[in-house]
Amino acid sequence: MLEHVELFFKSIFIDNMVFATFLGMCSYLAVSKKVSTAVGLGAAVIFVLAITVPLNWLLDQYLLQPGALSWLGEEYADYDLSFLSFIMFIATIATMVQLVEIVVEKFSPSLYNSLGIFLPLIAVNCAILGGSLFMQSREIPTLGLATTYGIGSGIGWFLAILAIAAIREKIRYSNVPPALRGLGITFIITGLMAIGFMSFGGMLTGGDEEAPKEEKTALIEKELGQEKEVLVAEHSRSNNIKVTE
Amino acid sequence: MGLLSKKDSKLILDPLADNNPITIQVLGICSALAITAELEASIVMSISVLFVLGIGNVVISLMRNIIPSKIRIIVQLIVVATLVIIVDLVLKAFAYELSKTLSVFVGLIITNCIIMGRFEAFALANGPWRSFLDGIGNALGYAVILIIVGFFRELLGSGTLLGIPVLGDPIEKTGLYSIGYENNGFMLLSPMALIVVGIIIWVQRSRNKALIED
Repeated sequence: MLEHVELFFKSIFIDNMVFATFLGMCSYLAVSKKVSTAVGLGAAVIFVLAITVPLNWLLDQYLLQPGALSWLGEEYADYDLSFLSFIMFIATIATMVQLVEIVVEKFSPSLYNSLGIFLPLIAVNCAILGGSLFMQSREIPTLGLATTYGIGSGIGWFLAILAIAAIREKIRYSNVPPALRGLGITFIITGLMAIGFMSFGGMLTGGDEEAPKEEKTALIEKELGQEKEVLVAEHSRSNNIKVTE
Repeated sequence: MGLLSKKDSKLILDPLADNNPITIQVLGICSALAITAELEASIVMSISVLFVLGIGNVVISLMRNIIPSKIRIIVQLIVVATLVIIVDLVLKAFAYELSKTLSVFVGLIITNCIIMGRFEAFALANGPWRSFLDGIGNALGYAVILIIVGFFRELLGSGTLLGIPVLGDPIEKTGLYSIGYENNGFMLLSPMALIVVGIIIWVQRSRNKALIED
């Protein structure tokens, strides 16, 4: 249970889709002009991530990984189909999005009306494919954890778009330099928010867990030999931009 | 550009500045920000996108009359995914270290909005040659921003360009470091990419008032 809680908070705050890995930036910037639409898209992202990440986990586990086909029989144990993962993942996502759209339209017209227009957009949202790819590269061990990871990342993305939409609604009344208005200031605000989110970095490990040092960290340490730089590199490691696991 | 008519060369030149995919059309931001801490990664990413967008645009343009419009998104995704798998395998074979740095972001070219955006907006309505030029133009526009961001982040963040130290040795205190210059490690962190792009947008829009949003 504890690992679920840990992964949940980790995926919301520390590895936040938008602020730590910049996934789903396109729709994040395009649909964040009003809070109400941002909430709609955010909810749809949570929904789709919660479905596609576990589904792709099953696909990865029983079809794509090296040796995943061993359930078919001994002679299939050597097969490695992992080069197909991009195409399988994106096909799953595209079909699931379509399916979800049909099901939601049939059973809950009111939900469809609020999510409806955003669902097709989501098939090409990098946050969705990114969720599955990170699930694969971080080797999440069980189906339950994969679901937790999907929901957690979705909520993280939801919080991010909600926050920026609220700020953009307010900033309309501020005197921003003309050339920065709109896109420019949104970028800079997002950058500042990302710096803020970095402070969640030590939240779970509490600094007592000695994670293996990444090559990059070692390199910077060697080159600069300065405490400050080491600190910075450690931050970027906890930020998980360079996934080495 | 003697080879190309005026209209064709506009297809290539427009996305480089006034209709830049990143700063004006707001497409393909994700990858632009995440991998620009080093110049080399930015260049490789740009070349990958150039390849995928150039070829993808031609393929979609050739198929534009036979794709049923209801399932066109899935068809487009499959075309891009195939091209991206090629890029991924080539990178893994010839530049393994780099492909580890880029990690999932090569895969994310599939959902890079530039690609889908250009398919939808251009390749579905134009012939293969013009689509090819449009693809190359937009990929170059993307590359320009990536390379500018990568250049500044690597230069100011670690004092190197393409891994070669250009500002002197920070430990021996030679070059610029002898007069007390320090690397700004902050530039290596991901949020700075956003702020650098924000500044590029600021500069670009101050120079061209027509682009200012109200």
